[in-house]
Amino acid sequence: MSIFKPKRHSGIHYSGINPKGYHPSQLKFYVILLPLVLFMLLPMAFIFSHAFKPPDELFAYPPRFFVINPTFKNFIDLFSKMSSSGVPVSRYLFNSIIITGVTIAASILVSSTAAYALSKKRFKLKKTLFAINTVALMFVPIAVTIPRFLIIEQIGLMDTFWVHVLPALAMPVGLFLIKQFIDGIPDEIIEAARIDGANDLYIYFQIILPMIKPAIATIAILTFQATWNNADTSSLFINDESLKTFAFYLTTLTSTTAGANAVAGQGIAAAASLITFLPNLIIFIFLQSQVMSTMSHSGLK
Amino acid sequence: MVNNNIQRESKFKLWLTKEGSAYAFVSGYALMFIIFIVVPVLVAGLLSFTQFDTIQFPKFIGLKNYVTLLTQDDIFMKYVLPNTIEFAVIVGPGGYILSFMLAWMLAQLPKLPRTILALILYSPSMTSGVAMSVVWLTIFSGDQNGYLNSLMLNYNLIQEPIQWLQSPQYLMPIMIIVTLWSSMGVGFLAMLAGILEINPEMYEAGSLDGISNRFQEIIYITIPSMRPQMLFGAVMAIVATFQAGAIGVTLSGANPTPQYAGQLIVNHIEDYGFLRYEMGYAAAVSVVLLLMVLLFARVANNLFGSND
Repeated sequence: MSIFKPKRHSGIHYSGINPKGYHPSQLKFYVILLPLVLFMLLPMAFIFSHAFKPPDELFAYPPRFFVINPTFKNFIDLFSKMSSSGVPVSRYLFNSIIITGVTIAASILVSSTAAYALSKKRFKLKKTLFAINTVALMFVPIAVTIPRFLIIEQIGLMDTFWVHVLPALAMPVGLFLIKQFIDGIPDEIIEAARIDGANDLYIYFQIILPMIKPAIATIAILTFQATWNNADTSSLFINDESLKTFAFYLTTLTSTTAGANAVAGQGIAAAASLITFLPNLIIFIFLQSQVMSTMSHSGLK
Repeated sequence: MVNNNIQRESKFKLWLTKEGSAYAFVSGYALMFIIFIVVPVLVAGLLSFTQFDTIQFPKFIGLKNYVTLLTQDDIFMKYVLPNTIEFAVIVGPGGYILSFMLAWMLAQLPKLPRTILALILYSPSMTSGVAMSVVWLTIFSGDQNGYLNSLMLNYNLIQEPIQWLQSPQYLMPIMIIVTLWSSMGVGFLAMLAGILEINPEMYEAGSLDGISNRFQEIIYITIPSMRPQMLFGAVMAIVATFQAGAIGVTLSGANPTPQYAGQLIVNHIEDYGFLRYEMGYAAAVSVVLLLMVLLFARVANNLFGSND
């Protein structure tokens, strides 16, 4: 009986959603997607190409998109440079690496502990707290820059290392994603451990953490993007040049590019942009399957 | 009395073992959340009713800031508000629909090409506008050495180089393109995951119920089956849209932007807050911005929220 029914999605299927292999019906999607993807790729291809151009190609007229004789000169120039206030470029990069590392670690700890409690513990404010966090998904940090500035000034965080780290820990989307992920862990596992006499710390470290690696990877990536690319914290809350980040240094390069010496700084700025961009890409490539498995829990009801 | 005390103490101990550890687990996040999200929003609300120049103590002036904003701020009414609405309506729903359509097409491809293409589409959103500004500044550079100018001069499409980022009529379209380019973010990934999660039997049932083409399939099966991801994607799109507000200033290199052409509400806040030090007024604009975000989210919630 079922032989006569067209079974588009059963068995090994080659068309429809999530096909197992190539099928001619997919061709139309490639025809639409490929040109679009190429167009989307252009700015990134440009950054790669531009960063390796020697000066004569940067100045060439008419300008060329792709590099002909690639060179590391721009990178060497970048690192032999001092910022106008005498801080070597490597210092900004060092700051960015340390700040990003510490923020990721702290963010994972803070959001996953809170997510565990909001998902698996029973307490009075549980529902309310999660509801508040869900509303805060809509929070636009840029809207409250001024009150944040006043608060950070009041509590004495100005010009400290921690001003880079602490505000980034309040990441509603991070807590939300981990909490949704932990919801998928059956309560029985935790009940069983509790009957065996396990306390919360044991359950959190020995049971929850190993099971939520994909969610942890996702938070790590989101925190990385928020911190590594952050130039605003340095320009708003930090006066001490030696505490500023690489992303901030990049903004100083591009703002001079817009000015009179348009081409002079371009190569260096492109090299710096590439250094900012690449780690984002590499980390995402490594963690993409974890991110996707977290995202299937991301629904907002 | 003593008995009572002991009782109270044991009650506290009971609470401590039952709920205390839950609060301990939440405390770290909650503290940061209160300091950097709740308090700033409250402070913005309070300051919006005051006159505050950062030196003297804020002076309560009632609704005057809001009245001024709605009746006397010509720049806000003539440029900032229409610009923000134009930008938000095109980039928000536009980027969102684009994300969904791309996710839907990607879901029809086998795993390897899907992963590679999704990675390329997602990658622009990884970097901030700042990291990519060197690209845009070079491509849209106003002299004949700018890539777009050079290309168009070459094909005789234009006679003179155009000051793309400094001319009021081009700045806004460029801002929109640049932001759309980076709009396939977390929401896009969530929607892609959502489409892939839908049980294939749903489609079989649909075809038995008389669904005959892919468009009907999207409207009656795909979207209803992934409402939660659709809503999550919508919220992420709204936040990203308003958060991207600084792009005009980054591109044109000036606040205010040339003839206020790219002036968005975020720039207006910065203009009053950090350039004119009228913090009370800037706070009122912030409150308006937060209300706009809520309004957009309300619409999304009505479209995709659970029906109960």
